[in-house]
Amino acid sequence: MADTDVAKARTAPTGTPPKAGNPVWELMVRNQSIVVPIVALVLAFSIGAFLIRTQGVNPAYAYESLFRAALGTPEGLLRTFQKTTPLILTGLAVSVAFRVGLFNIGAQGQLLCGAMGAAWVGFTMKDLPGIILIPLATVVGVLLGAMWASIAALLKTSRGVHEVISTIMLNAIAIGIMDTLVNYPLQAPGDDIARTPEIGAGAKLPEFGVVPSGFILALILALVSAWVLKRTTTGFKFDTVGKNKHAAGYAGIGIAATTIYAMALSGGLAGLAGVVETLGVVHRYESTSNNGLGFDGVTIALLARANPMGTIPAAFLVGILRSGAAKLQFDTQIQPEIVDLLLAVTLLLVSIPIIAQVIFRKRAASQAALSSGWGA
Amino acid sequence: MSEVLLELDGVTKWFGPVKANTDISMKVNRGEIIALLGENGAGKSTLVKQIFGLITPDSGTITVKGDPTRIKDPRDAIGRGIGMVHQHFQLVPVMTVTENIILGFEPVKGLNLDLDSARTMVVEASDRYGLEVDPDAAIEDLPVGTQQRVEILKALSKKVDLLILDEPTAVLTPQETDELLGVMKALAADGTSIVFITHKLREVLAVADRVYVLRQGRVVGEVATKDTDQAGLATMMVGRAVVLQVDKDEATPADEVLSVRDLVVQDDRKLPAVNGMNLTVRAGEIVGLAGVEGNGQRELVEAIAGMRKVVSGSVHLGTEDVTGKSPHHIHAAGVGHVPEDREKHGLVGGYSIADNLVLNRFDEPEFANRGVRNFGAIDANAEAYVKEFDIRTSGIHATAGSLSGGNKQKVVVAREMSAEPRLLIAAQPTRGVDVGSIEFIHSRIVDARDKGAAVLLVSAELDEILSLSDRIVVVHGGHAVAEMPGAGANRQEIGRLMAGGGH
Repeated sequence: MADTDVAKARTAPTGTPPKAGNPVWELMVRNQSIVVPIVALVLAFSIGAFLIRTQGVNPAYAYESLFRAALGTPEGLLRTFQKTTPLILTGLAVSVAFRVGLFNIGAQGQLLCGAMGAAWVGFTMKDLPGIILIPLATVVGVLLGAMWASIAALLKTSRGVHEVISTIMLNAIAIGIMDTLVNYPLQAPGDDIARTPEIGAGAKLPEFGVVPSGFILALILALVSAWVLKRTTTGFKFDTVGKNKHAAGYAGIGIAATTIYAMALSGGLAGLAGVVETLGVVHRYESTSNNGLGFDGVTIALLARANPMGTIPAAFLVGILRSGAAKLQFDTQIQPEIVDLLLAVTLLLVSIPIIAQVIFRKRAASQAALSSGWGA
Repeated sequence: MSEVLLELDGVTKWFGPVKANTDISMKVNRGEIIALLGENGAGKSTLVKQIFGLITPDSGTITVKGDPTRIKDPRDAIGRGIGMVHQHFQLVPVMTVTENIILGFEPVKGLNLDLDSARTMVVEASDRYGLEVDPDAAIEDLPVGTQQRVEILKALSKKVDLLILDEPTAVLTPQETDELLGVMKALAADGTSIVFITHKLREVLAVADRVYVLRQGRVVGEVATKDTDQAGLATMMVGRAVVLQVDKDEATPADEVLSVRDLVVQDDRKLPAVNGMNLTVRAGEIVGLAGVEGNGQRELVEAIAGMRKVVSGSVHLGTEDVTGKSPHHIHAAGVGHVPEDREKHGLVGGYSIADNLVLNRFDEPEFANRGVRNFGAIDANAEAYVKEFDIRTSGIHATAGSLSGGNKQKVVVAREMSAEPRLLIAAQPTRGVDVGSIEFIHSRIVDARDKGAAVLLVSAELDEILSLSDRIVVVHGGHAVAEMPGAGANRQEIGRLMAGGGH
């Protein structure tokens, strides 16, 4: 009893608000969801700088080489946009599932389904014109991703299987299936590498200067997702199921149907990320590409706190770091894993409400709400 | 005069810009039972939390056994002989009674947990205080009243001079309440002082020696129970004379709206809870379902509302058979339902008041056009009902979770009446609600009837049934055992029927 009471005491509001009246302070309080990730980022980069220094490299030089490679040249910018695009989509996928209280760890498997589906359409019907081929490949990839995610949703609603367990397993199954396909039936004839034939020229997504068309699509989908979640009855159903299942049932919202629908949407978005990778960047299915894009989606959704618009800057951050990592290694011999370390520290600092507690002297309420959904 | 155990002097507590307690002074003598009475939001819980060290006062002093102190935290309070039982129990459901009681203060033998001596300790304490519990039962298997006994035993196991009970009877059945009141008296006779929070005037008069009445964070009255009565206390609480008897005209019942035939429904454990229930409610009448809690009322209501599976029998709304239809369908067919558990079913705590006021109407054409929500209409609806139902809030976009119990219930009642239902089901409509809000909610229920709605009232409070119902149906063991007109119904007779004495 004593322990829980102590915890309660700590969260109890304390007296009059400190520093009230200061406009800068109030602006910060109101925008906590932005201030906290930024502070986390600064701290993470400081810790990273310390580690880089221990390797005998000037941190300023290391960071400069990383950012210059990612943002300083047209090729770098294109690469950064290409890396950011699927991350926005997987970030959206995980965010949408969060809204109904599901933790979709399976974005990776759903993405692989989408990538393979698009590749298969792209190389088997490669003589079709792009105006038919691109939409067809997209629809097939999105549907496959949605179906893969729906398996987890159906297991959840019919048998009560926890979605974290089922999606992790479905990831492993998807990886196995795709590896089998690219090693045997779908392997490019005469190729030693485990990969499919290249997709038809018409299926390749165009680029506008340094901006890939997939990136524009991802931005539009982020806007649409934000609008749907905020302003439509569908978004209201998602949030109600996520926040209070009992009340959702009372209010006449079909909990099973809403859960399956949200998870299918989530899987469709992850599948689309795979489609865009295949049609826009890799131009075939290759088992070494697509690595970890779905898992980065979890990172991005957490940084963005399941807010669709927040996935854009969060995906950019990850995209920039991934885009510049190779050059960082080339210039300084520092392993590119330093980038994962920076992300991991940032994520930890954002997830554990330490910063909000120290700065704002209270727990970030939205964070508590977000994490409470995971156990459901 | 006996020893003064606790004395508060000028205790004041701010929550941001809100003054939750203003200059509160009170005294508790050894062996005395003190009731803290007040409407929701009057500052009762804030006050006891300061005594137990959960929050600290901004000014004023707390003196324990003649020693002016600053109670740092609950551990400190426990060390000074203060124990508290919270409104929401702090027990681990999967652990046994013994394990819960010793949690945090486990006796050890070497490196091992000494469960045997812990068990002996629990049995002894249980005998000494007359709090009967099975030390080996898992908490999750115990009824709420027994869980509360475990909480009390847990508090008492730490040598307590002052026991604080925060709304101890809110979750109890009438029998459990009587048992608890008996235990409180025994503890007081044994020298333990008790401070308890309640809304129920009857309980105050039954056990308390003195009452402090709080209103808007201040003590507005202190009175010995022997010098007052229910009407006197109610007036002090709300600051005006409250009509405990509801003013209503004679009912003019019309067509049958709800008809339940031979209904059988199971409870969560798959045991039959409703056993061949027959019930009709006509337009323009209030039918009160009187019964000890746990006699199938909850399952009946959930089955009518479509939230629980019907095993056999039928539910008709007018001429339409709605047996086994979805909650969405039944709501659309004109049923308003104030659910028994407003926190669990009736509200989404994280949603704004505006969203909660359309919780089950969000997709009606008034509030959504082809799936796009009409926030203008949603806000206008909220403004209107916040005003009409006098919901005390900082604004329609404040979360429902931030409201006091009475105001939460007003949100639910407002929403369910807003669709002008043909049938209004009100399950425990005033549970945990302050006297002012009770009066208001009662008058709205009568209004609904006068506008032609059929009203099914389910309440554990016999007074509520007696003062509102045009017709009373007594349930026992999952079916109706008697029916009588509301006017002139005999309290003792209903009590006998509720207890199963009808056959």
